[in-house]
Parts: sequence; C-alpha cells; structure tokens
Amino acid sequence: MPFFRKRTQSTLKVRKRDIPHGLWLKCPSCNEIIFKRELDKALGVCPKCEHHFQLDRDARLTMLIEPDTFEEWDSELCSLDPLEFTGTASYSSKLEQNMKKTGHKDAITCGRAKMGEYPVAIGVMDFQFLGASMGSVVGEKVTRLIERGTEERLPVIISCASGGARMYEGMYSLMQMAKTSAALARHAAAGLLYIPVLTHPTTAGVMASYATLGDVIIAEPDALIGFAGPRVIKETTQQDLPEGFQRSEFLLEHGLLDAIVHRKNLKQTLIQMLEFTSAT
Amino acid sequence: MTTYALPFEKPIVELEKKVQDLRSFSQNQDIDVSQEIEQMQQKIDDTRRDIYGHLTPWQKVQVARHPTRPYPIDYISNFSPEFLELHGDRLFADDHAIVGGFGKIADKKVLFIGTCKGRDTKSNLKCNFGCAYPEGYRKALRLMKLAAKFNLPIVTFIDTPGAFPGVESEERHIAEAIAVNLRESFTLPVPIVVVITGEGGSGGALGIGIGNRVLILEHSYYSVISPEGCAAILWKDRAFADKAAEALHLTSDALLEMKLVDEIIPEPVGGAHSDYEAVFENMKNAILRNLEELQELSTEELMQQRYEKFRAMGVFEEPEVKKKK
Repeated sequence: MPFFRKRTQSTLKVRKRDIPHGLWLKCPSCNEIIFKRELDKALGVCPKCEHHFQLDRDARLTMLIEPDTFEEWDSELCSLDPLEFTGTASYSSKLEQNMKKTGHKDAITCGRAKMGEYPVAIGVMDFQFLGASMGSVVGEKVTRLIERGTEERLPVIISCASGGARMYEGMYSLMQMAKTSAALARHAAAGLLYIPVLTHPTTAGVMASYATLGDVIIAEPDALIGFAGPRVIKETTQQDLPEGFQRSEFLLEHGLLDAIVHRKNLKQTLIQMLEFTSAT
Repeated sequence: MTTYALPFEKPIVELEKKVQDLRSFSQNQDIDVSQEIEQMQQKIDDTRRDIYGHLTPWQKVQVARHPTRPYPIDYISNFSPEFLELHGDRLFADDHAIVGGFGKIADKKVLFIGTCKGRDTKSNLKCNFGCAYPEGYRKALRLMKLAAKFNLPIVTFIDTPGAFPGVESEERHIAEAIAVNLRESFTLPVPIVVVITGEGGSGGALGIGIGNRVLILEHSYYSVISPEGCAAILWKDRAFADKAAEALHLTSDALLEMKLVDEIIPEPVGGAHSDYEAVFENMKNAILRNLEELQELSTEELMQQRYEKFRAMGVFEEPEVKKKK
C-alpha cells in the first residue's frame, strides 16, 4: 500500500493540514478536491494520496477510544501569564483567542478511557491551540496524567503534536520537560506501559521529553518529527537537508520509531500493544 | 585588564587607556602622577561598579557570553588539578562539547560534568562552540550512572548556547538523548549539584541540568529560547534581542524569584572574567556548602527532594470547586 509515497516538495514548505470548515477542501499534498464529509469518514486521511490531515482533539479521541468511556481529568486547568509577556501581542490575549477558537482551556485534553477492553490514561494534544506548545498547563496535565496512571496502574498513551515549549511562559515552560520526564521515570519503574503517538508535527521541547520516552514509539506517516526546526538547521549549518529529513519514514530508518502506523490502523495497533504487554 | 570589551564597557576601557597614557607620560617625563592615577583608578572602580550594578538583561547575556569568562573546564581544573577525564559514550563517539570525569573539590571526591566551548578557533571547532551532539548527552548519562554506582556526588557546570541543531544531531536523535537524560536523572541515588556558569541554552542545558540544587552564577542566563531566536519569531528580526531578553525573564535574579533556581553565586564587580580567583572562591564555597547539606539526606530523600523540586515548577490557575482528590 503506497501510504508513504515520496513527495517532491521541500521539507521547508509549511503545509497547512487543518481541516477547514467548508464542504469541500483541497488536499495540500495531491491537490485532490475532497468532500469534507468523506474526509471525516476516512479519519482525516486523503482518499487519494493517504495524506494525513491534522485532527483536533475531539476527532482524535473519537477515533482512538471506545464511545462513552471518556472521563476527563483536570479540565479546569487554565494558563496564566506569569511573565506578563508582550511581544507583538500579549500572551493573555493570545490565550483568550485560542480558548475561543478551540473551546478548550489549553492545548491538551487528558483523562481515562477504554481502548478495546483496556482502561488507559490518555492525553491528546491539539495543534490548533497555540501550536500545541507546552506551557505550565500542558506540563502539569501531562504530569498528572502520568502520576495518576502510575497510581491506578494504567498504561499511558499520549497523542503528541507540538511546536515545542511555550516561549511566552519562559523558563516555566522549559521546566515542564523535566517535570513530565520525572513522572515517566516513576511510571516506568512501576512496570507500566507508555506509548507516545507522534503526529504532524511533533518537535522541540515535547520531543526532548515525553514524546521520545515511550516503551514503544509510534508515528503517523509523513509527520514532521524532530528537535530543531528544519529552517533553523539549514540556517545554522548551511547544510543541504537530506530528502525526507525529519519525516516519520526518515526516523524509522534511523532507528527512533518502532512503527509507522496508518491512522486507520492506529487504534487496533495500540490495542494489540496493550494486549501484548498486559499481565493477563 | 580586559582585552575584549563589551559595548557597554567602553567608558571603563577609555579610562583604563587614560591611565596607561598617564603612566607612560610620567615615565617619559619623569613626573610623579601617582595621585592622578590613583584618582583615575578610583573613577574606574566607580564606573565599573555603576555599570555592573545596572546591567540590563541583554547586557547580562553579553557578559554571560564574554569570550574570557571562566568556562566549566576552568572551574574543574582549578578545583581539581588531578581531574581524570573519561571519554566517549560507548555508542558512537566522544563529544568534546561535554567533558566529564573523576575529580575532587576540597578533597571531596565527585564526578564532574561540564560543557566546553573552547577558547580559540581550533578548540572552538573541536568543541563545536559548546553545542553538544547526542553523544555528548549520552556520555554525560554514562558518567552519571558511573557516579551512582560508586556513590559519588555529581557536579555539573553548564555554559552552552544549546544542543547542536544539525542534520547529524537529528539523525542520531538529539531529542531522545536529552529526554532520556531528564528521565534518568531522577533515578540517580546520589546528590547532584548543577551550576549555570554562563549560557543556559534551553534543552541543551537542561539535558545535564537536573539536580537537587540548581545554582546560577550572577550574570549567567538560563532561557527557553535564545533572545535572538525569540526576537526572530516575535519581531521577525534578531536585532530585537534586547527586547526579547527582557521579555523572557532569563536573568539569575528573575529565575530565583520564580523559584526555578535555588541560589545565585555572586560575581566580582566587573563580571567573572575580571577576577577568576574571586569567582573560583565563591563557586567552590557555594558548591561545597550545598554538597554538605545534601549529604544529610538519605537516598530516598534525595530522590524525593529532586522530584518534588521540579514537580512544583509551573504557574497556572485551577478553580477549587473542580479539584479532585
């Protein structure tokens, strides 16, 4: 199945993958005009070229878990603006905009759910909220998810997408990397399964913490995955970037990923992993 | 006397030049100008105190990057002439941007880890200007585990612009190397003291920056992103780095106030580069005092303290009503 066909586009090009709110939309990869309802039915995967569009948290949760099994945790956590950060616009106004846009308080939704017969602690990051950057709230919610997972002896699954640490919270953001990794140390010591699912794009601070600390690391096809952004690398080193650089397929070849899984098989694959690693 | 002057140090340099001129004049003419020189010297001290007493965040960043600022290896060599360097990550290579090995601080056996920038072009290149590859972080972890095995406290010195953003770094998974260091640092049963001595460049600094105590040298900075990087994102122009430095709250006093570092180690007036001996002394005393305090804790307490320290970091709002547990 050609679901990771090579593209000729440069990796530097920014591709918009959000599903726009129209009846029809164009696949940014193959330019096919797709009926939105058809795209939704196909879990946001282009029927022609298998391009994986970005999913918001609700669509992501729906495709991963059993219906009516989700119990949300820590939904009320809300970001503050501790540095009173003002660049071209203030951080608090950006927060407000993004809350309005997404209807959520920050970039991740966490809770307990069932996948198949297995109860899991699950978190889904939403790139639509400030590029799913990790500030104090994302860090705290991920940490609580893992800690509660450890306490209740649950496997943890996190669907990752992130532009990195949230600059507007300065060093508080960087320290979320430490906090979440610390919680994973305890979860691992308790002998519990943790799987990050890397979706387009997963980079920087999230990559250098919980996104790469899985017992098993899974990615969707053709996702941008890396530490530094391709533009930064190109500017810093003046190197030509290899073809397919920082894409899922590249990372599978270079040994970071356990598997690239097509979205339509994602849930089933995760359930299999849960089954293989469960005590019974 | 500094050979490299930062822009805001110009008044000091000018005064110093005047003193020199006076000296040579007096020698040539055989006139006693010692009183004038003394006055000038006083003025230099006052000017320096005045300038260094009012450094802006961006100026502090420049002091932190001063090319003659003492580097981690200078502290290690000063504290421990017998420093025994250990090389390699046993996986790929020996990264010269991070050094580590057995050493002593006032007769106390420790394991040192430090970033390395290099002093001249040749060593700059060898050390990749202090930007480590994945193998640097993996070497650091190997050595930290060695310290744990032989019950040696770990002291890390950090002065790096950040982990190296390059093709090879990505191919060998720099993000994973840092993440694993973060996680494993919380499982080490020995005291860890971290000192930011210059630049604390984001994840590249944090990768060897987990400890029971995190100290910072007065004019160092520690930031989620470089001021230039932040300026490039926000104002689309790196020239706004001074504004970005202010917005990021990256100075030692700001970090102490946010409780993200535990202690500021004072620098001599004029910065660490103006008086090595003084800063060595301050540094040594601070590390020893912290190690002694940590020695009182049991293994479990050490690990618990480290966990709770980082666990508490972050600022957010949570309405009481919905609070569970």
